[in-house]
Amino acid sequence: MSKIDLKIKPLTRVEGEGGVELIITNGKIEKLELNIFEAPRFFEAFLIGRKYSEVPDLVARICGICPIPYIYSSSRAIEKIFEIEIPKEIRELRKIMLFGEWISSHTLHAFLLHAPDFLRLNDAIELAKIEPETIRKAMRLKAFGNYIIEKLGGRPVHPISCRIGGFYRVIRKTELKDIKDKCREYQEIAKELLKWTFKLKIPEVKCDYEYLSLKDQDNEYPTIGGRIISNKGLNIVEEDFEKEIEEIQVPYSTSLRCKIRRRGFYITGPIARYNNNYNTLRGEVRDIIEDNGYKAPLTNTYQSIIARLAEIFHATLEIERLIDEYREPEKPYVEYKVKGGWGCGATEAPRGVLYHSYKLNDEGFVEKARIIAPTTQNLAHIEQDIINQIPLIISKPIEEAQLIVEQIIRNYDPCISCSVHSIKLKIKIN
Amino acid sequence: MKLAIFKFASCSGCQLELLNLEEELLKIAEKVEVAYFIEASKKISEGPYDIALIEGSISTPEQEEEIKRVRNESKYVIAIGSCATSGGIQALRNWSNQINDYKKIVYPNPEWIKTLEKSTPISEHVKVDFEINGCPINRRQLLWVLSQIMLGREPFLPTHSLCIQCKIKGYTCVLVTKGEPCLGPIVMVGCGALCPSFQRPCYACYGPSDKPEVERLMEHFRNKGLSKMDISLLLKKFENWNQKFREVINK
Repeated sequence: MSKIDLKIKPLTRVEGEGGVELIITNGKIEKLELNIFEAPRFFEAFLIGRKYSEVPDLVARICGICPIPYIYSSSRAIEKIFEIEIPKEIRELRKIMLFGEWISSHTLHAFLLHAPDFLRLNDAIELAKIEPETIRKAMRLKAFGNYIIEKLGGRPVHPISCRIGGFYRVIRKTELKDIKDKCREYQEIAKELLKWTFKLKIPEVKCDYEYLSLKDQDNEYPTIGGRIISNKGLNIVEEDFEKEIEEIQVPYSTSLRCKIRRRGFYITGPIARYNNNYNTLRGEVRDIIEDNGYKAPLTNTYQSIIARLAEIFHATLEIERLIDEYREPEKPYVEYKVKGGWGCGATEAPRGVLYHSYKLNDEGFVEKARIIAPTTQNLAHIEQDIINQIPLIISKPIEEAQLIVEQIIRNYDPCISCSVHSIKLKIKIN
Repeated sequence: MKLAIFKFASCSGCQLELLNLEEELLKIAEKVEVAYFIEASKKISEGPYDIALIEGSISTPEQEEEIKRVRNESKYVIAIGSCATSGGIQALRNWSNQINDYKKIVYPNPEWIKTLEKSTPISEHVKVDFEINGCPINRRQLLWVLSQIMLGREPFLPTHSLCIQCKIKGYTCVLVTKGEPCLGPIVMVGCGALCPSFQRPCYACYGPSDKPEVERLMEHFRNKGLSKMDISLLLKKFENWNQKFREVINK
């Protein structure tokens, strides 16, 4: 009898506390549990009774790596309740700051967490010994992402400049000049690092998965708001998200998980954005990708590293364009009247669609809050992805099998703090 | 020197501040062995550790046990960030006495969720050698504290109020000039007076400064028309379970 019994706990190089338990006997899965033992923090509960204006700063604390989408999705939901139209200048400032976060979060994942897997290394410190220039460039690029957020938001973790309706003060065009002056240099670095990913041994398995992302209303690459679409025909407004997406709970995890009603599990994140919106990536980015034999769709989740680097390069190009086009608004935020009602908002966080909805009473206090993080949506699909690769996993010695399982999980860049608002890994191959 | 980083209930933002040191982090890695940092490396070295950075609050029965084990393995324990130093934003549950209602709001099967009634700081469970405040901590402060320890000195950070730094930087006073409820007078420095630089009142990402006149400032806000509810919300954020804020909220 062949039995694989893998327990990976804790799962390393992911954000937060998770583990996996996998037991395979004679090629059949007896048990596969992606556990999340990150402690629950009960955001949706303590938000009840809080004032609308506090919500963005409170929910930012769900995730130190992607606070900006939390600020944006909650603001967007509340701005819809107040029927605020956000002017172009403020929308574009928000985009610049979000792109800054994509750059720093993606660089962190791609080089510090993900790339060591392709080279069978323990961490980026070992990678830095083999590829010192690459890691140095990646660290500089990550610092550039943080620098952008600092300029517009004060600090990279939990920035402080955003409020309902816009920003606390007008961001001067001169303040953005430093960023713009650096853009060309970082576009070159981003381009080189994108090219570097094509040197990695990326598996070529073809998987038929459902990819879910936003679609931008102005036909740009998706960032804040828009329709929710998939490559298999889902095409809905943000307001229908809760109708079409179902959240389920399993006993071995403090994170809920999601499926598309009447259909199944799906992927959100850079690979989904890329596959669903490839034509809206900047031409300069597509040229490099196509010169290296890829286009859309990417066909397995290992290739997500290509999508992340493509998005980094795209972001550096778009930041320059947005700063060029930026006109200082007269007022830093839009005035509004507080009123009650229900509203929702979605943002493309580095790890995928982040959906929020709120019900406010007439005085603007929260009566109900719902937060569906990208990793919550991806969890069930990560298990599915492992199941699909069982033949490969059981053909390998146990150490290699464990590495494959870990890498499949890291392909998704899971953010466990987000998913619990929480993963640990135990694998058993008998 | 062996450095270990442990995470309890938190958002990972404070350990991210360590990674955000970027070039300096590479220099630190030359001087110290990063022995346990599961968010960044597969390599796990056994204790004992010389320095343990603790992020997050204690909020589950497992964590209550884990923190004792970490303490036993570590020579010098530093609690980093509001969750570790005062219980964090998730300590808002401590006010409700209804943790089961909380579980029901978030989870369809609340009976599967194991959690403690309260979210509490590290110092309530084990001896802590040093605390770095903030939600999030400031990476410059972290670098400063680590450097001092590496040089064999007892670490020190300023604890005076934010107002002093704000004045030094020459920002227009948000409280006096704009009449907004700024918590700068009672909050410890560390962030760099970021909010006033954006013409925003301080909302207390850091804990109370030394000798904070919390009640006096709240009285001033009451005289300016803030309700009991407004004041409670003002103080009940990332430092809500801090003793000095709690006393006033309970009044």
